[in-house]
Amino acid sequence: MGELMAPAAGNRLIALEGSEAGFATTRLEDLLGWARKYSLFAYPFVTACCGMEFMAVSSPRYDISRFGAEAPRFSPRQADLLWVVGTISQRQAPVLRRIYEQMMEPKYVLAFGTCASCGGFYDNYTTVAGIDKIIPTDVYVPGCPPRPEAVLDGLMLLQDKIARGDRTPGIVKPREDPTQTLVSIRKVEKTR
Amino acid sequence: MSKAALDFLQSKFGDAVIETHSQCGDDTAVVRPDRWLEACSALRTEPSMAFDMLVDLCAVDYPERSPRFEVVLHLYSIANGHRIRLKSRVGNEDGDGAELDSVTSIWAGANWFERETFDMVGIKFRGHPDLRRILMYPEFEGHPLRKDYPAQLTQPLVPYRTEEEAGLPLGKLAPFRDDEGMAFGRRDWTKTDAEPS
Repeated sequence: MGELMAPAAGNRLIALEGSEAGFATTRLEDLLGWARKYSLFAYPFVTACCGMEFMAVSSPRYDISRFGAEAPRFSPRQADLLWVVGTISQRQAPVLRRIYEQMMEPKYVLAFGTCASCGGFYDNYTTVAGIDKIIPTDVYVPGCPPRPEAVLDGLMLLQDKIARGDRTPGIVKPREDPTQTLVSIRKVEKTR
Repeated sequence: MSKAALDFLQSKFGDAVIETHSQCGDDTAVVRPDRWLEACSALRTEPSMAFDMLVDLCAVDYPERSPRFEVVLHLYSIANGHRIRLKSRVGNEDGDGAELDSVTSIWAGANWFERETFDMVGIKFRGHPDLRRILMYPEFEGHPLRKDYPAQLTQPLVPYRTEEEAGLPLGKLAPFRDDEGMAFGRRDWTKTDAEPS
């Protein structure tokens, strides 16, 4: 129950005299938020090349199951997190809308990659310029495709939002690419 | 390499071959649209030609030209190992009358290529067994690869959410600005100063 004691808004830890184990009081929505954030059942809606990066996130090296979000549900009725991974064309828009409508409340949407977030460089007749034009979106993960670390950042951001009961959209901040740092370090070593 | 194919076409169809062009082993012949099917059929059946593989079929829009569209057919002969590019010009300035005979009776693989060409550029293929859109949805109006189709015009199937409904701005996210993407497509083709060729 370590998480419950974490200083979140509205949480208080009260230990009474004589109770050796101690107990915690919390608000019901905080408890529900805590439960929800570690049991996200995902529905992957994978349409494009970002799917490769999605596979990397699910595989052991990055291991999304550490966050309790590894169980894919291939029916939207059993899922509460919709991963929109890749470009959404105008022709697919009704399908995506329908899948979103079939999900049970509470439902969360994560836009994976630049195309899902804002259409990316597809600015023409084929593509929906960001899924937020069709369905409400909780977290945007930019990147073409985003690195797995960025996706995990997005997932943690979403968990944080769920715990706080915050439904305003959030964008994952870009991170420095570690390989680039490595290259620059090597360059400096070479010139010495 | 397949200069022989051009010679064959010219000897067989004479005036119907409007022009030919050869460069670096690429041979091109422009055929009159009314002899299109006949020329294709001859290239397929003549044993010395035997173009048994349809590589590609597409169309190009030249808004400053008349006829406006150029249908381009790439053929390869597996038996003889040579290639030819066949073109035909159709359609007036408004894009009307862009019709050509279908070659599906000669190469069955032309079916989807012709559907795509119809979908994107709006060439109607006479005698095609199932000429309907292949990439765009049936509700789509117009042909998006025509140069007079506005580069940014979308035809959403689902009505977009309004910013009031979403409660937040729905423009492009950073690092993309509103004016980004497809800059080359924003050229006004009605005011082109390109010389007609």
